[in-house]
Amino acid sequence: MTGVTPLVRFDGVSCGYDGAPVLRDVKLDIAEGAFVGIVGPSGAGKTTLLRAMVGMVPRVTGRITLAGADVRSSARPVVGWVPQLETVDWQFPATVREVVLMGRWSHGPWRAWSTVEDRHRVDALLERLAIGGLGDRHIRDLSGGQQQRVFLARAMIGDPALLLLDEPTSGVDLKTRDEILHLLADLNHDGMTIVLTTHELNTVAAHLPWVVCVNGRVVAEGDPDEIFTSEILGRTYDAELRVVRQDGIVLVADAAPHRLRDALRHRHEGFEHAHHEHPAVDHVHLPHAE
Amino acid sequence: MNLASEPLAFEFFRQGLAASLLVGALCGMLGVYIVLRRMSYIGHGLSHSVFGGAVIGYVASLNFYLAAGIWGFLSALAINATARSRRIGADAAIGIVTTASFAIGVALISKTRSFTRNFEAALFGNILGVTPLDLLVVALVTLAVATFILLFYKQLLFLTFDPEVAPIYGVRVGLVDSLFALAMAATIVASINVVGVTLIAATLVIPSTTARLLTDSFGRMIVISTLIGALAGGLGMYVSYWLDVSSGATIVLLEAALFVVVLLAVSIAGRRPRWVEEPR
Repeated sequence: MTGVTPLVRFDGVSCGYDGAPVLRDVKLDIAEGAFVGIVGPSGAGKTTLLRAMVGMVPRVTGRITLAGADVRSSARPVVGWVPQLETVDWQFPATVREVVLMGRWSHGPWRAWSTVEDRHRVDALLERLAIGGLGDRHIRDLSGGQQQRVFLARAMIGDPALLLLDEPTSGVDLKTRDEILHLLADLNHDGMTIVLTTHELNTVAAHLPWVVCVNGRVVAEGDPDEIFTSEILGRTYDAELRVVRQDGIVLVADAAPHRLRDALRHRHEGFEHAHHEHPAVDHVHLPHAE
Repeated sequence: MNLASEPLAFEFFRQGLAASLLVGALCGMLGVYIVLRRMSYIGHGLSHSVFGGAVIGYVASLNFYLAAGIWGFLSALAINATARSRRIGADAAIGIVTTASFAIGVALISKTRSFTRNFEAALFGNILGVTPLDLLVVALVTLAVATFILLFYKQLLFLTFDPEVAPIYGVRVGLVDSLFALAMAATIVASINVVGVTLIAATLVIPSTTARLLTDSFGRMIVISTLIGALAGGLGMYVSYWLDVSSGATIVLLEAALFVVVLLAVSIAGRRPRWVEEPR
C-alpha cells in the first residue's frame, strides 16, 4: 500500500499454527491513517493476518513490525482489538463499564478499583460512541450495534495506534452495519488507522478506500474500484464472480446466480412428473422460481 | 448460655469456627474465577489429586502442607497444560491426571492401613481436629489469595472474560495462569481439614453460582460469593455442633439450600437468571 509512513509492515512473512502455514510470503505495508479491509474466503487467513499484526500467531518466518518495532516485543505500540461478537460470552457477569475498563488495565495494573479519571474517560468515550448512560447495563442487555460499540470503546480506551476488527459487520442487521461503518469512517477521519476483516465485498467496495484480497497469500491490494475485477476475485475466492460497475458503484455478484435455482427447479419438475397425482405436489412453493 | 455463645466456650469450636469462616470466604472468593473459567471439574479433580500428594507426603514423612501443596501445584500446572492441549480432550486429560493421583493415595493407604483414620478426615473433613497450625495456614492462604486477587484483579478479569484477546492487550497469561494454579492448590490444601477432599469442589462452586444469580456485575459477584461462603462456613459450624453432623457436609448443604432458595426467589420475582438462558 502506498503511503507516507508504513505503520504495519510484513516483510516476506509466512505464518500459521501447527502444520502447514496459513499465509505464505506476505509482503504488505499498511500506512498510518489507513482504513483497510481484508477479504477472502473462509480459511483464507484473514484473521491470521490480523492476529499476526499483534504477534499472536505462534509460527512466523520473516519479519512483522508495528511502528518499526517487532510485533512480539513489548516496545510495540498499543493496539485495540475488537473480537467477533459471536465469540463473546454474553452470560459473563460484566457491565459495560467493566468491559470497557479491561482495555485500560495496564493503567494502574495492581489497583483493583477504577479511579475517577478512569470513570471520566469511560463516560466520555461512551458518549462519543453514542452509548452514553449505558455504563451500568449488563452487556447482554444491549442491541447488536451497542454491543459492537462497547468493544470498540474497550479497544479505544487505551489510545491505540492501530484498531483491528475481526468481522465487525458479521451477524448484524443492515442498519447496524451501516452505523458501525460510518462510526469507523469517523474514527479514521480523526486519524485512527483501522484494519478489519469482512466477508461483505459490496460493503467494502462502498465504504473502504483500500482492500487486501487474501487466499493463503496476498492475491491483490488496492482501491476496490480498481482491484475488484472478476479475474482477481476469481483468484481470491476460487469461484466465478461477476463485477458490475454502474454510476460509480461497484457490485459483486455470483456469476451464475440461477444455477442453484435451475437445479432445484429441475429436481422439482422430475419429482412432480413422477408424482403428478399427489395433490400436495401442486402446492409446493419454490422461492424465486418464477 | 444461648445457641450462639455456648459452643464458643470450647477451644476446638472457636478454632473450627474461625477456620470454617475463612475457608468459606476463601473458597467463595476463588470459586468465582473457577466457575466463570468453566473449571469446576478441575477444582473437583484437583482436590482428589492433592489427596494423593498428602498420602505420599505422609509415607515419606514430609510435612503435610508441603507435600500436598507441591503436589497440588504441580497437578494444577499439569491440568492447565493439558487443558490447552488439542491432541486429547481437556476433560479426559484432567480425569487422567487427577484420578491417577488419587489412586496413588488410595493404593498407599491400602498398603499401610495404620493411618487410614487420618485420611478419612482428609476425605470427609474433621473440623474437630483443626490445630492452631491448621488455622494459621488457612489464615495465611486466605490472606495470600485475597492479595493475589486484589493485585491481579484486572488481569484475572480480562483473562477470565476474554482469554483469546487478553494477551493482545498485554496480559501475561503464563504468569497469571501459574499464580492462579498456585492459588487453587493452596486453597484446596488449606481447606481439606475443614470440608474434606470430597466436598471442596462444592464450596468452590455453589457460593459463586448463587452469587451469579444475584448480580450481573463481576465485582459484586466476588463480594457476594465471598460473603455467602463465609456465612455458610460460620452457620454450618453451629448447625454441625448442635445437630452433631459432619461439618463439611453441613456447610455444603447450607450452601446448596441457599442456592435453591435464591434460584426460586429470582424465578418467582420474574428475574430469570441470564446465565441459564439459551445463548444468542
